[in-house]
Amino acid sequence: MTGTTLVTDAQNTWCPGCGNFSIQHALRAVLLEMASEGLPLEQVVLVTGIGCHAKMADYLDVNSFYAIHGRVMPVATGIALANPDLTVICCAGDGDAYAEGLDHLIFAAKRNINLTVIIHNNRVYGLTTGQYTPTSPLGFRGRSTPKGTVEKAFNPLELVLASGGTHVARGYTRKQPMLKALIREAIRHRGFSFIDVLQICATYNDPHEAYDRLAYPLTGHNPGDFDAACRKIREWDYNREAPIALGTFYSVEEPSFEERFRLTPQSPAEREAAIRSHLEGN
Amino acid sequence: MTEYSVLIGGRAGEGLNRAGMVLCHLLQERGYHVYLYYDYPSLIRGGHNFSIIRASERPVFAHRDRVDFLLAMNQETVERHRGRLTEDGVLLYDDYAVHTEGGVGLPLERILKEVQAPEIARNTGIIAGFCCAAGIPMETLEQVLRREIPRGIEANLAVARGVYAVGNTLRQIPVIPGKRRHPILTGNEATGFGLLAAGLSSFIAYPMTPTSNLLHFLAAHADRYRLKVVHPENEIGVMLMALGAACGGERVAVGTSGGGFCLMTEGLSLAGMAEIPVVIVLGQRPGPSTGLPTYSCQTELHFAISAGQGEFPRLVVAPANPAQACRWSATALHLAWKYQVPAFVLVDKNMAEGAADFDPGGVPAVAPAGPVRWDGTGTYQRYADTGDGISPWLAPPSPGQTVKVNSYTHDERGISTEDPALTARLQEKLQRKGAALAAEVATMQTVLSTGPADARTVLLTWGSCTDPCIEVAGMRGLRVVQPVVLWPFPAEALRAALSGSGQVVAVEQNVTAQLARLATAEGIAVHGRILKYDGRPFSLEDLEERVREAVA
Ligand SMILES: Cc1ncc(C[n+]2csc(CCOP(=O)(O)OP(=O)(O)O)c2C)c(N)n1
Ligand code: SF4
Ligand SMILES: [Mg+2]
Repeated sequence: MTGTTLVTDAQNTWCPGCGNFSIQHALRAVLLEMASEGLPLEQVVLVTGIGCHAKMADYLDVNSFYAIHGRVMPVATGIALANPDLTVICCAGDGDAYAEGLDHLIFAAKRNINLTVIIHNNRVYGLTTGQYTPTSPLGFRGRSTPKGTVEKAFNPLELVLASGGTHVARGYTRKQPMLKALIREAIRHRGFSFIDVLQICATYNDPHEAYDRLAYPLTGHNPGDFDAACRKIREWDYNREAPIALGTFYSVEEPSFEERFRLTPQSPAEREAAIRSHLEGN
Repeated sequence: MTEYSVLIGGRAGEGLNRAGMVLCHLLQERGYHVYLYYDYPSLIRGGHNFSIIRASERPVFAHRDRVDFLLAMNQETVERHRGRLTEDGVLLYDDYAVHTEGGVGLPLERILKEVQAPEIARNTGIIAGFCCAAGIPMETLEQVLRREIPRGIEANLAVARGVYAVGNTLRQIPVIPGKRRHPILTGNEATGFGLLAAGLSSFIAYPMTPTSNLLHFLAAHADRYRLKVVHPENEIGVMLMALGAACGGERVAVGTSGGGFCLMTEGLSLAGMAEIPVVIVLGQRPGPSTGLPTYSCQTELHFAISAGQGEFPRLVVAPANPAQACRWSATALHLAWKYQVPAFVLVDKNMAEGAADFDPGGVPAVAPAGPVRWDGTGTYQRYADTGDGISPWLAPPSPGQTVKVNSYTHDERGISTEDPALTARLQEKLQRKGAALAAEVATMQTVLSTGPADARTVLLTWGSCTDPCIEVAGMRGLRVVQPVVLWPFPAEALRAALSGSGQVVAVEQNVTAQLARLATAEGIAVHGRILKYDGRPFSLEDLEERVREAVA
């Protein structure tokens, strides 16, 4: 945190036109805004996976844990357990969170642990040069599936909702102001907040024409209504063309996991006494 | 040496482990040190379970094949174990479940009915039969039962009185005066106490025999120690959550066995690269794969010292018994945090689920030892390059400072780099840290020797084979050498401990002599190998015979 820009001097290696820039700008702007409103920036910890998205850890001048592929959620969960006062933000890829680490995503949602999870969903493995992911549409031609995939994409929002996530949203990298608003709202939400961000990969998967045509802001929707959220989330299944709603589908308050672990550590003297009394059979 | 062995057997699910513990307490009341071996199949109900309790004038952590008392809750126990009885051994059985010649049948069915006691009180019945036969007064039994199984105590006491009314003293177990009453702990519990004494604040594990009971023990006492105990979705999650927690400021350990540890290796390597402390309690059980879930072995030594991609320092300690487990678990945690490395407490089923009386004086003092913390000057760098390779520690939040933890090759700030010079420097930093760890470890008693210093024949062993070796060596005037730290490998200390020996015989519970392989790789000669790989611990008779063959 050398200055107010929140950017390190690490050389940026994203391709020109990459949607990761938009996410970085949005996240940075939100953090600076929140800082000006009183959020101590040293309370922020960014956890990333491995992939193009994950370079965020090098680029943003905040506390970070540049983790390993697929394991963002358990690392972030450990950090939040250690200190529930930290603002833990996860930047994960779609390969990261939906393939390699899907189990952890489901369990993080199930626990309603207080994390803000931003999925850089470019629907491709960027860093490993263009293979399909769980959200690539049926028939996607990637380098591991040159004749097109023979499995359908799944709908990550539906999955997270079903798993117990208490805040479920979708953004798009070409809708900056909305993306900022969604990130801000997600950080503010206490509990598991999830944003699937449709991200342009300029090199391996750029469906921006379709997104621009199909995306629309969610309005007149009650995010407290689970059934309505389900219906809206199912409007687009990530395979066939359909209207793509952007916004917050679901948001409710529920007790969060880490709060139950808010404990003051024992002093050595207290620990010593506890052990003695235990061994004396009390 | 005055000693007695008691075997109690029955079907799985009959509370036999609990009954074995009660027998331990009773024998301790008579003034004996006790050891309990618990043998059970990977089943919840049915199948055959038994415990062997050995009471002895001196502390022991080994069992004998022969027993002085056989307590049979079912027919199978008599059939399987009758041959173990010594000449003047006593057979006691539940006459409702067992039909046999000789021995003493106890009318447990009638007594249970008369006093309307629940089925589980049948165990108390046979224990009472044992007490009568051994001349242990009802008052002692009552005292132990009230203390150890307070639930449903009146029904249990009623059953016990019913048995005393018909029982006789058959083989008196004399009182040895002077022994103080100590808690009886399993290896898992002793490990838990050691970690707690070293300041453990979180424990994360996915259940797996033989360390599930460490999870259960710490979860049961979480409130007492203000401990965060978490059971996540799988062992990958366990390890990564532990690393996140450590970076957030927790002192954290995980527990598992070989299969679960396979899933943790990716996180282990991350701990190595990102320099995150964590303690791994790795309980060995026979593999490959699911193997024999509830039995024992020493097959993960090479796995523990080399798991994870890349080269990074680590600590591996392998305690022999609960007393060592407590002391060395604490040391492992302290060193893990001091050097910011993963540290293993390598145990096995015999040690982890075996129990013995435990002197509370053996719990290390709770000392607030921690990593070298950042001194607050200048700008914090997570991976600052220092003389000994240890970078000062800082957990967020710290106003104005950024803590950047990284799995990639990184610079001192924690920012990824592919620069060749920085890459080489990072590798050298990790190695320097390993050397500093090795230097500190070398000041400790890493290799323990027992027996005459001039004995030409040495049994070289480790982990739970150690105590059986010490007893057998004692009978034959041999020396026993046990490296308790296995990595960094204490080659110098081992060489010194073996100096003057003529014949070194490795005793291990595996099929490839894993410790002997490490020693010979260091140029230390190992002349013989006594290996056991059927999942069962060496009994003293068994080991004595094998040593006689090997040393002749
Ligand atoms: C265990 C493991 N398997 C495979 C890889 C190789 N790998 C690196 S990034 C990546 C995929 C990245 O895809 P995604 O998470 O969608 O991130 P993106 O690059 O698209 O941002 C893979 C497979 C790895 N680093 N670790
Ligand atoms: S490959 Fe795609 S995701 Fe990766 S940096 Fe380039 S444009 Fe961005
Ligand atoms: Mg991707």
